[in-house]
Amino acid sequence: MYAFDIERPTTIADAVAALGAEDAQALGGGQTLIPTLKQRLAMPSKLVSLTAIPELKGVCVADDGALCIGGGTTHATVAAQAAAHYPALAALAGGIGDPAVRNRGTIGGSLANNDPAACYPAAALASGATIVTNARQMAADDYFQGLFTTALDEGEIITEVRFPVPDRAAYMKFQQPASRFALTGVFVAKYADGVRVAVTGASEGGVFRWTEAEAALSADFSADAVAGLSVSSNGMMGDVHGTPDYRAHLVKVMTKRAVAAA
Amino acid sequence: MPKDTGIGASTKRREDVRFLTGRGKYTDDIQLTGQAHAAFVRSQVAHGEILSIDTSDAEKMPGVLAIFTGEDFVDVGGNPAGWLINSRDGEPMKEPKRPVLAHGKVRHVGDAYAAVIAETAEQARDAAEAIAADIKELPAVTNMAQALAGAPFVHDEIATNQCFDWGWIEDNRAATDEAIRNAPHVTTLELVNNRLVPNAMEPRASTGDYDPGTGDYTLYTTSQNPHLTRLLISAFVLGIPENKLRVIAPDVGGGFGSKIYHYGEEALVLAAAKKLGRPVRWTATRSESFLTDAHGRDHVTKIELACEKDGTFIAFRTETMANVGAYLSNFSTATPTFLHGTLMAGNYTVPNVYVNVKAVFTNTAPVDAYRGAGRPEATYSIERVIDKAARELGLDPIAIRRKNFVKPDQFPFTSAAGLEYDIGNYDALMDKLEELADFGGFAERRKASEAAGKLRGLGINSYIEACGIAPSNLVGILGSRVGLYDAATVRVNATGNISVMVGAHSHGQGHETAFPQVVGEMLGIDPASVDIVHGDTSKIPFGMGSYGSRSLAVCGSAVVRATEKVIAKAKKIAAHMLEASEADVEFAEGNFTVAGTDKSVSFGEVALKAYIPHNFPLDSVEPGLEETAFYDPANFTYPAGGYACEVEVDPETGKVTVERFTACDDFGNVINPMIVSGQVHGGIGQGIGQALLENTVYDENGQLTSASYMDYAMPRADDLPFYTVDHSCVTPCTHNPLGVKGCGEAGAIGSPPAVVNAVIDALQSGGHNVTHIDMPVSPSRVWAAMNNA
Ligand SMILES: Cc1cc2nc3c(=O)[nH]c(=O)nc-3n(C[C@H](O)[C@H](O)[C@H](O)COP(=O)(O)OP(=O)(O)OC[C@H]3O[C@@H](n4cnc5c(N)ncnc54)[C@H](O)[C@@H]3O)c2cc1C
Repeated sequence: MYAFDIERPTTIADAVAALGAEDAQALGGGQTLIPTLKQRLAMPSKLVSLTAIPELKGVCVADDGALCIGGGTTHATVAAQAAAHYPALAALAGGIGDPAVRNRGTIGGSLANNDPAACYPAAALASGATIVTNARQMAADDYFQGLFTTALDEGEIITEVRFPVPDRAAYMKFQQPASRFALTGVFVAKYADGVRVAVTGASEGGVFRWTEAEAALSADFSADAVAGLSVSSNGMMGDVHGTPDYRAHLVKVMTKRAVAAA
Repeated sequence: MPKDTGIGASTKRREDVRFLTGRGKYTDDIQLTGQAHAAFVRSQVAHGEILSIDTSDAEKMPGVLAIFTGEDFVDVGGNPAGWLINSRDGEPMKEPKRPVLAHGKVRHVGDAYAAVIAETAEQARDAAEAIAADIKELPAVTNMAQALAGAPFVHDEIATNQCFDWGWIEDNRAATDEAIRNAPHVTTLELVNNRLVPNAMEPRASTGDYDPGTGDYTLYTTSQNPHLTRLLISAFVLGIPENKLRVIAPDVGGGFGSKIYHYGEEALVLAAAKKLGRPVRWTATRSESFLTDAHGRDHVTKIELACEKDGTFIAFRTETMANVGAYLSNFSTATPTFLHGTLMAGNYTVPNVYVNVKAVFTNTAPVDAYRGAGRPEATYSIERVIDKAARELGLDPIAIRRKNFVKPDQFPFTSAAGLEYDIGNYDALMDKLEELADFGGFAERRKASEAAGKLRGLGINSYIEACGIAPSNLVGILGSRVGLYDAATVRVNATGNISVMVGAHSHGQGHETAFPQVVGEMLGIDPASVDIVHGDTSKIPFGMGSYGSRSLAVCGSAVVRATEKVIAKAKKIAAHMLEASEADVEFAEGNFTVAGTDKSVSFGEVALKAYIPHNFPLDSVEPGLEETAFYDPANFTYPAGGYACEVEVDPETGKVTVERFTACDDFGNVINPMIVSGQVHGGIGQGIGQALLENTVYDENGQLTSASYMDYAMPRADDLPFYTVDHSCVTPCTHNPLGVKGCGEAGAIGSPPAVVNAVIDALQSGGHNVTHIDMPVSPSRVWAAMNNA
């Protein structure tokens, strides 16, 4: 690591102020950022830890029935506390990394990082979630902008994520053998007004909605409904763990399995 | 009722008390007063010419004490190859110098060309980043076939990338070719034995210390063989007299081969300690481990099996390219040759074997022995091609193996690859395997898998390996530059407890528990009163360390011999104490007695007498009770086994899961069955890792794309099934006193072909005409094979 200062504010307002310093960076659970620092791949002047801000933590249900998760809530907390309201989301959180990662890593950190193989982006996009920051609210459809890229401005903090709760949903993750992130993961959510399908791990453009499947599943919510569809391997990622063809194939397989499990 | 101490008892590992409670003492735990820290500057390119290295900015940085570059080591020796291989034409292998720090050229990503010593590790790293090197990138070569085709050369001075072109046994070449030409059936298989990163849990670490008052050096280092490391540094690299260099390898957190070798970092910290008059330490980051630990395997092979239509083997012919990486690591030339080619007859009576191995320099990390070292490569080739042949001929995979097994009455048996197998019973192993793996129930299990939409396959493997590499005389003729004996000193203390100083090094093998079981049994005393001392050249006799599953077979034999000497001397002392003639004194269960009388004296009383020699026959017996033995075995030992693996394949995703795994091994006599089972478990884990998960990938520019755990898949507990392991089939080794063979590598040798054979069986059962998939058999490869994608 390179040397840096660290602050641990207790309110969002103080955190935003602290992040005003040049090259300051928010620190959530540190499960992505700390390894990056250790490898000397980042050089923030100051880290602003979000772990002491009570407003950022917790799971609750809003008046409109949406599940609201504080931006600093750990995966372990979501796995435990969302289970009764949104089991597919809780299961997704419970399948991230290992207990140590889940006890530190946060939903805000995951969505801010927007790793193309991360799990939460699929849930947020498939649920049509709202990303709430200290400054504004964004629809998930507008928030994700490609690999490791989001609509967040510098110093902007994710304070909450609001998930409309679907009638049925499931997340199917085919693990990359080494990292166990998603080699391809598909989140399917069925709402009264239609089905949303979000795919992570597969595309060079990061998380995306598979709209053909959404249309087919909105008409007929069954695994067979997607059997006839095909996914193009154009724009799919290729690496030692899988070719673009393989990932395109997995999109369909994982979608079918998610529908069957929902 | 199993015994609870002595030979054959599953005594719990005493070393685990400290390992499991965080009290192990590893190299990095040793803190010395005044210590400084080293950081290495490593090449980011796979191949480049060092035009200049500007250290001026770095020198001015806070805490910097010294900076070294390759220039500082041009006058010292290179890190040598330990085994000379001659090519088929009689030419000796090419041995380009491997310097302490790269000089002139960098040859692989991670090749260190400078080092900074500073007050803190962070300061050293900061300054290392400030070194401005002008390195002209050159085209890199990572593919062996391309490397053999010509330039670019990894080492310009040898004007080739071929290290050697070895034939074994060259005199059998023509006969083997002829046999294959005339054979009724020939099965051919091209396969890759994938390169592996060792990934010991403890990264390499070294601390050098120098005492200007005495001129003595001490090196604390992560080594499997401290005496060998000392010898290499003294005789070849730095020229420090052996008596002035003490090498201490304290607790070592796993080696798997990668810590056999001497590395440049060890020489650097010693040279720096001398220059600064302060201890200098270095601990590898995990990234450095990936880039610079000697990797394993990396063979590309074509094997042919010629046989009769009834499956009788006629010949094996192998052509292998073995990657040695950018430099020759100490045993990199022995691994693909004498530890591989000599095993290419397997457990079989096949009359013709010929092996051709070309060792190839590439712009990649050096490759050397890794758990199994050559034998996994041999076994994988043989057992995969046999499986393919059985399928082509419509024969049962077990029957074809049994048909060709060396039978119990044929031992000692000289294989067509030149080794003399002393003893074995491969049919007994196969019988045991059939029973324990429940082959009878397989059809039902397959049906159940199919009902769940999965394909199920059963894979068999029958291996033989060679452990306790020896004898020194023979290996010397074959090119080894070291001897392969081992040594032990048994020191009986005055109060009767015992310290045993051994040349073997324990880094996970449980010597501290198993060796005392042997001594305790021989002396009729509680093993708990026997302690093992290892890993410090100033305390132990000159031994050769631990690798090649040799510790018990070779060093354990030295322990037996030294203990026998102790008993012989104690008997003389006892005879005096009992006022009897030595010939009448008997020793059993810890007591010396005189036949036909009730006179008796205990081992402890004799020990006390040896050190308080009042009324002692000083004219015929020296005081003290301490003996040393060096043991040089007459032959290798030959463990063998039958392995069975059952997998399920998800036909939609290609994912393979190992459902059952059964390992029946003949390790000869077993000292501690629990430790042996543990060794087999670990070995199978590594073998399944190789077969399904571990993929070391260099891109065409020589960048290691699998350089972290994000991309390099290590086997984890949930990748592995519960194993059934058995070592009840015992044919005791005929030439060592314990009748033991060695168990450390078997699991890693025996499991990969069983896994891959099982996958192929599963795919075939699903109607997929897939005859081979290279390891690691990852989901994407299986899916591609099923879909011809
Ligand atoms: C071994 C391991 C396995 C993993 N497996 C998975 C997996 O299977 N699936 C998966 O999805 N992820 C996985 N992860 C990643 C994990 O989920 C991380 O916790 C997550 O990606 C980052 O969250 P964090 O709170 O740790 O953020 P940090 O690492 O602290 O920060 C990451 C980035 O987000 C920014 N940031 C943090 N919090 C906020 C916020 N509230 N508002 C705005 N910006 C913020 C930081 O500035 C930084 O840029 C794994 C990680 C590890 C170490």
